Amino acid sequence: MQKLTNRSVVASDKKMTFMERIYVPAILKGMSITIKHFFKKKTTINYPEEKREFSKVYRGQHVLKRDDEGRERCTACGLCAVACPAEAITMVAAERKPGEEHLYREEKYAAIYEINMLRCIFCGDCEDACPKEAIFLTDRIVASEYKRKPFVYGKDILVEPMDLRVDISARQTSAVHDFKSNKAFAHNR
Amino acid sequence: MIFLFYLLSTIMIVCALLVVFSKNPINNVIYLIMCFIAMAGHYILLNAQFLAVVHIIVYTGAIMVLFLFVIMLLNLNKAIIIRKSTVTRVSAVVTGGIFFLVLLAATRQTFEIDAKYPFNSEIGLVSGIGKTLFSEFLLPFEISSILFISAMVGAMMFGKKDA
Amino acid sequence: MELTTIIFKTIFLFIILLVTLVVAMYSTYAERKVAAFMQDRNGPNRAGPFGLLQPLADGLKMFMKEEIIPLTANKYLFILGPSIAMTTALLTGVVIPWGDTLTINGHVYSLQMADLNIGILYVFAMVSIGVYGIMIGGWASNNKYALLGAIRAASQMISYELAMGMSIIALVLTTGSLSLHDIVAQQHGMHWNIFYQPLGFFIFLICAFAETNRAPFDLPECETELIGGYHTEYSSMKLGFYLFAEYVNMFISSAVIATLYFGGYNMPFIDQLGLSSNAVTFIGMGFFFIKIFAFIFLFMWIRWTLPRFRYDQLMNMGWKGLIPLAIFNILATGTYYFFTSLK
Ligand code: SF4
Ligand code: SF4
Repeated sequence: MQKLTNRSVVASDKKMTFMERIYVPAILKGMSITIKHFFKKKTTINYPEEKREFSKVYRGQHVLKRDDEGRERCTACGLCAVACPAEAITMVAAERKPGEEHLYREEKYAAIYEINMLRCIFCGDCEDACPKEAIFLTDRIVASEYKRKPFVYGKDILVEPMDLRVDISARQTSAVHDFKSNKAFAHNR
Repeated sequence: MIFLFYLLSTIMIVCALLVVFSKNPINNVIYLIMCFIAMAGHYILLNAQFLAVVHIIVYTGAIMVLFLFVIMLLNLNKAIIIRKSTVTRVSAVVTGGIFFLVLLAATRQTFEIDAKYPFNSEIGLVSGIGKTLFSEFLLPFEISSILFISAMVGAMMFGKKDA
Repeated sequence: MELTTIIFKTIFLFIILLVTLVVAMYSTYAERKVAAFMQDRNGPNRAGPFGLLQPLADGLKMFMKEEIIPLTANKYLFILGPSIAMTTALLTGVVIPWGDTLTINGHVYSLQMADLNIGILYVFAMVSIGVYGIMIGGWASNNKYALLGAIRAASQMISYELAMGMSIIALVLTTGSLSLHDIVAQQHGMHWNIFYQPLGFFIFLICAFAETNRAPFDLPECETELIGGYHTEYSSMKLGFYLFAEYVNMFISSAVIATLYFGGYNMPFIDQLGLSSNAVTFIGMGFFFIKIFAFIFLFMWIRWTLPRFRYDQLMNMGWKGLIPLAIFNILATGTYYFFTSLK
């Protein structure tokens, strides 16, 4: 069988030699290992003061993006809800009325858009599925609550506020850029 | 000193009586332990520190631990009262009475000991005991040690599975 | 006794108790720190600077917890258990010579509560009574795990007490005295007993681990098999007493080891410095505490290195390993002194 690590030892119940039976050499060896660790650098991150650096593509709380003019990108196509393995997304679509063009980019929009954060497994499939680049996962952490109800995030939380845009450029990897510059999908921009 | 003597004696006698009269085996053992500790106190009053400490180590610390150990293992914490026949009771009383007489006779002699062997405050210390044990009482001492060894060997024989 | 001596002794007694308790308290902190450091963690560092107030916080927590006495437990014995454990742990401190003599206003005071001429045996007696705390508490809980822990504690204590006693006998052969004061005085300079009794020290050290129920001998309270062992049913400050008694025991055993084998308050080359006798006493005392802390660290170091022994391994080591070794040690020491004294 292939060894998984170079430290694996084949177990056997052979009779111990005298040196093994008096334990002392083994104990000293163990003690030398622990004392070495005693002086090693500690791996702890003191949380509130220090924070662990997140990966650029960390998958945390979602955001529903607006476009450059501040219009909601989501068109309530439901692809994210279909893609979601945890069935965390629900939405109700509505038609854009004349005069609302500055609010919604497409003719159809999500009147209600909810993600149940207790169901969500933060897989990011919704982000991949979205044809309108409307939903993204961010490096924000979903806050804890005392009840279940507040975990169903509505549009009030999910849609980014006008004055507090969420920067997701860091997660736009080269693959995403390629996708964006593809002529066939130009309508998405 | 006199006050301590009476205090310790009272504790000892009360505990000894409780050993006899209390129903729960665990309590019996604990009263016996208290009795032994009070006895060690008496030794200290006689300036026999060595005896006192050895008494605590051997009797309180080892033998009574074994007592307690066995009682715990056997789960004897419920009071068991076995009815004995009248013959057994009478013979028990007679035997106990005779033993008491013997003890009384032995204690009567101790009133004369004081005159023969005046109290020596060094007698209970390590060097005193050691010197007496290894000169005057060497033979009984060694013989009793052989007795212990034979007891230990016997216990080991019992302990062996295929004796 | 003069009045000044009595006053001095009373104050000294309080100081000993205080120091013992404070050291035990901070041993809990040190234990967690040492454990953390050996596992590449930081350990407690929130309560106060470097987490130094952690023991106080722990103690406060213990006090605030609900006191639970199980319905089926034997109430008196249930309370008696931790009290015995704590009392015997603290009682041992009185015979340990914490320092040499102190001269105040022409009076000479000894920094030892009581110089019994059977000092070692007294320590030994206290240890052997200490097991009652565990046994009675474990039995009174009326819980099978507690009972198993208690039984383990008793058998372990008895087994290792023998070897410990025998290693002391060999030591007494070299010192010729049972008084701790004399033993320390003899080790003046660099004549530490460890050089004369290395094997005896080794045996004594192992037995000290066993007697204090520290890992790798912590079978009486082994969490993986017996929940909490003898203190399974205990809560609040009574549990605190048990845990605390363990640390007091550790401190006292370290002190005893340092006294018996490492020269107590003796510091090499102190005489050459030409200091006043009081200064020498204080430096010696400091040096004694350094030795004690070194041993406490050793206790912790071993605890966080070794896994627990299996029960049969424990018994085998005690009866088939240490006792024959100790007997051999006695014989060897005896033979040596027999032939050297002939000349
Ligand atoms: S991240 Fe995954 S689980 Fe969460 S809403 Fe999106 S698709 Fe569903
Ligand atoms: S977020 Fe994207 S995928 Fe989901 S409904 Fe809106 S446009 Fe469609």
